Amino acid sequence: MTTVSLNNKESLFVSGHRACHGCGMALAVRHILQATGKDVIVVTPTGCLETFTSPYGFSPWRVPWIHHLFENGPAIATGIAAALKAQGRSEERVVTMGGDGSTFDIGFGALSGMLERGEDVLYICLDNGAYMNTGGQRSGATPFGASTTTHPAGKCSTGKPQSKKDLPAIIAAHGVCYVATASVAFLEDLRRKVRRAMEFRGPRYIQVDTPCPSGWGFSPELTLELGRLGVNCGLIPLFEMEEGKIVSVRKIKRKVPVADYLKAQGRFGHLFSNDAGMAEVPRLQESADNNIAKYALEATAAKGSSVG
Amino acid sequence: MWPDVVIEGSEAVALAVKAARPEVISAYPISPQTHIVESLARMIANGDLSAEYVRVESEFSTASVLAGASAAGSRSYTASSSQGLLLMTEVIYASVGMRLPFVITGVNRAVSAPISIQIDHQDTISLRDSGIIQFYVESVQEAYDLHIAAFKFAEDPEILLPVMVCMDGWILTHSYERVSILEQQEVDKFLPPYRPLHFLNVKEPKSWGSYAEDDVLMEFKYSIHSAMLKAKAKIEEIFQELAEISGRDYGGLIEAYLTEDAETILVALGSVTGTIKDAIDQMRAGGKKVGLVKIRCYRPFPYEDILSAVRGAKAVAVVEANFSMGCEGAVSLDLKAKLCGDPNAPKVIDFIAGLGGRDVNIKSVCEIVQKTEEMLRAGIATTESCWVGLNQAILP
Repeated sequence: MTTVSLNNKESLFVSGHRACHGCGMALAVRHILQATGKDVIVVTPTGCLETFTSPYGFSPWRVPWIHHLFENGPAIATGIAAALKAQGRSEERVVTMGGDGSTFDIGFGALSGMLERGEDVLYICLDNGAYMNTGGQRSGATPFGASTTTHPAGKCSTGKPQSKKDLPAIIAAHGVCYVATASVAFLEDLRRKVRRAMEFRGPRYIQVDTPCPSGWGFSPELTLELGRLGVNCGLIPLFEMEEGKIVSVRKIKRKVPVADYLKAQGRFGHLFSNDAGMAEVPRLQESADNNIAKYALEATAAKGSSVG
Repeated sequence: MWPDVVIEGSEAVALAVKAARPEVISAYPISPQTHIVESLARMIANGDLSAEYVRVESEFSTASVLAGASAAGSRSYTASSSQGLLLMTEVIYASVGMRLPFVITGVNRAVSAPISIQIDHQDTISLRDSGIIQFYVESVQEAYDLHIAAFKFAEDPEILLPVMVCMDGWILTHSYERVSILEQQEVDKFLPPYRPLHFLNVKEPKSWGSYAEDDVLMEFKYSIHSAMLKAKAKIEEIFQELAEISGRDYGGLIEAYLTEDAETILVALGSVTGTIKDAIDQMRAGGKKVGLVKIRCYRPFPYEDILSAVRGAKAVAVVEANFSMGCEGAVSLDLKAKLCGDPNAPKVIDFIAGLGGRDVNIKSVCEIVQKTEEMLRAGIATTESCWVGLNQAILP
């Protein structure tokens, strides 16, 4: 266990920003910057993070920070990286922190281009599973069955009928040197992964599960609990890939049923209020079980198998 | 000075960009601009130019790379056309607002649909309200010179706006002309390295691209307009400096050609102004008092200069290759708005000519002048644009 100083004076992301109570994203950003250190230029596409950190005249960012548009975070980062290279500023690194809307959907083309070109950028997706900045509309990252404002549950709907896009696999298929998933519920693991990512040159990707009290429908003090439930049920597998190979996974010590995770959130409430909803729950359990099998997440009796 | 060379328009632009020593170039293919970025790519491949050259996956990213590079303090450049420029539109608006001074060559081409690779001005005119400074050139030499000046306009601390040099696709990009090339040391004197006051760096961490409420947003927008207004005088100053190293004095934002005693004055932009000058020479030989106002800088709109050039005329015929659907051509709209209320204002008649590469030649220019005179005599005060050479037989 390392001791982490996150008092306001030393932090690179200070208090006073306008995130909602219990925002998983704000907490993640503070720890990410603690791990990167101060020599980074941060790019944030349009979204919650941009909105709650940039009212004109105020800024919680103690590192250089730029927001430009929604769909071009990876390309802005590319331009900065090119300028740093041209100017010989090799000590300064570029980190993009975007939400799932910009990463999975509208900025995906730019992200794919950035990865394919091998730009020296760490791209971090702060994934809260919907367009929370605009009121919780469904994105490519929204899980199956979730009720969103553009795909609400109703008499004829059980929420989103499609599964979450497997973006880490798509990123990995670009031949990226470092791909990891993390959760705001496991901050030490998150910081370690960011530090590891910073050891590589080239495009790197970390997807961080950041529970959203207002969007998911839970009480703000339960953010970390929701994060833990997501990981421990298997829906949010935490793993780390280097050069295309899994090098670590976070083992699930006490597996919980997916229903425990779902029942804790308003966005899945309809799945437990009628037969049609109940019929969809097994598909989510199946998805969690598949993750557990695919990444070998279940802790075995053999000692030393838990990494991270 | 080097001896003059005969080169393709795209090659001339690439040489101008090279001389400006950009640190970051970004490129995505679209006709007819491709020869420019290909030429720059060859220079880099052969070690003749040292710059980061980013081959992106869309024009949206092309412009975004320029924005990122510019924010981090690097001089940056790209070229595009038509759909590519439209795809960049959102990026250009945001970059104007963040005062990022990159340079784009807008190689003019029609906008889909129907898809066409031929020239008109609909693409770049569509960007007129964004806050990007726009020049339109008549010749390859003018394209070469204005590209070198463009970086200086953009980066001037009192301007700090992206600049677009618009040149007609094929007609200028793919024509070979005699061009006088400047010596590198002269360009270096004219255009020192880009050293912005503010740029993204870890020593002075600053936040860029904030969210603005109604208490400041209007002031942000007005400051862009105000920079554009200041740019008018700055551009003239910079043309003077350019004249000192090149011997070519562009004078100002417009070129007035035989306007002093002219009764009918044509107003146009782009390569068609060359044709119009020839037509004017012919008409003057036949006794007609005709002149031309060539709009070199379209945004900021140099209406003071245009007004003083056309005030004595009876009629102004705008010849333009763009159209605001449901209304009329953009240049005519601009001009009428600024002439409105001037008691000595000539009548303005709008001619839409050359869309999708339809030929505008000396004969068509003479016909435009004839029609203008007829309309004036008949006292027709139309506000409907005249579409030159419309084939009624195939219209529905």
